Amino acid sequence: MAVSIVLPRALLTYSRGSSTLQLETRCGSVADALDELGRRWPAVLDRIITEQGEVREHVNIFVGEESIRFASGLATAVKDGDTIMIVAAVSGG
Amino acid sequence: MSATTPSLSSGDVLLLVGTVKGAFMFSADAKRKKWTMIGPHFPGESVYALAYDERGGRRRTLAATRSFHWGSTIRLSDDYGASWTGPERQSVRFPEDSGLSLVQIWQITPGPASDPDRLWAGVEPAALFESRDGGESWSPVEGLLKHEHRPRWQPGGGGLCLHTIVPLSKDHQRMLIAISTAGNYRTDDGGRSWKPRNDGVRAVFLPNKYPEFGQCVHKVVNHPEKPERLFLQNHWGLYRSDDWGDSWTDVANGVPSDFGFAMQMHPHDPDTVYIVPMQSDEFRCTPEAKMRVYRTRNAGESWEPLTRGLPQQDAYETVVRDALTADSHDKAGVYFGTRSGKVYASHDDGESWNAIADALPSITCVKAFVVGRSGASA
Repeated sequence: MAVSIVLPRALLTYSRGSSTLQLETRCGSVADALDELGRRWPAVLDRIITEQGEVREHVNIFVGEESIRFASGLATAVKDGDTIMIVAAVSGG
Repeated sequence: MSATTPSLSSGDVLLLVGTVKGAFMFSADAKRKKWTMIGPHFPGESVYALAYDERGGRRRTLAATRSFHWGSTIRLSDDYGASWTGPERQSVRFPEDSGLSLVQIWQITPGPASDPDRLWAGVEPAALFESRDGGESWSPVEGLLKHEHRPRWQPGGGGLCLHTIVPLSKDHQRMLIAISTAGNYRTDDGGRSWKPRNDGVRAVFLPNKYPEFGQCVHKVVNHPEKPERLFLQNHWGLYRSDDWGDSWTDVANGVPSDFGFAMQMHPHDPDTVYIVPMQSDEFRCTPEAKMRVYRTRNAGESWEPLTRGLPQQDAYETVVRDALTADSHDKAGVYFGTRSGKVYASHDDGESWNAIADALPSITCVKAFVVGRSGASA
């Protein structure tokens, strides 16, 4: 089984309209999965991660139902079958 | 309104308005009596910098957009907003080894007429970026990125932003930039080296009121016919320099407050400058609840209020640093936008005003261009 990454509608412009990416390579962490995401859709990764490799302030990443902010950040472990969800934080003016 | 792009001919005016929720395009013929509005472009994204560039045979609009969630970039349109380039990759990026990440783009300035592919962008955190391909790709100006003062620059209320770019020579080898709060820096060698140019500019919020750098400069303007003379709206203080920014003299003569943000040069008269004073840093609204543009026609020796057509009671308005502009018609059009979403236009050098929009999102920048005459406008 692969790891899936689910994208919000705002980023579909940069993923050729695909809302879910199935990663076929083995990923041990969220960072691994995002590296693979960046290889496939670099424009999507630009919108999620800053130049310094940090998750943008108002972007949340979940593994299953757990926010990585309350786990181990980008080092949060993933296993086969997990779903990583990218979500715009409930913020803004 | 069915049109999605303005219909523009030579001599028409294109007025670009950035807001916290998107960009709007206004257009009018040379009489500037009847305006058409199209927008919003980039709904939901803030737009703090807009430019229009006709150099090299282009008709290119540039927009700096910032998504609250997904970051900032510069988008291009060669058809007055009918379509915008992505870009796929975010085109303004700090190098990894800088330790910096882009927050927002505050200024886009076309480069010299002799080099139509070159443009400049000022960003937050404070840095100057350069494009050599018409705005499609950008790279940081290393001399400023690695400036020895950088660790001591402090952010102002809007962040640590490079918001003003003033070309001082036709080839742009000599330029002045302004950072809040670091003050003015000037290069005389095309960006390789930068020196602070703040002698005489007050920093009311520091123990040393006249430091070498650290001032909160809000806007600087000059006129191409007299490039050595600069005018400066400071965070408290209104100044003029007659020596390329080497020294500054107070010219707050007869204004209700010398606090303010916006400042605009007249397109044809190097003695004429427009400002919109604010009451104070604690109450950043028009003094006495009167919406007044002030104009000097003698390089700051005196200032006069321009009020005809502007509300003179219960007007608690704020005009930010890039929300005052002018077109280049012989009788200049002068324009400004407010935090409350109003756009006022004058077609007679500021003598009289009309509201051409009154309920836009909060306005961040206003830029005016005469089509067919914007070869190197900023």
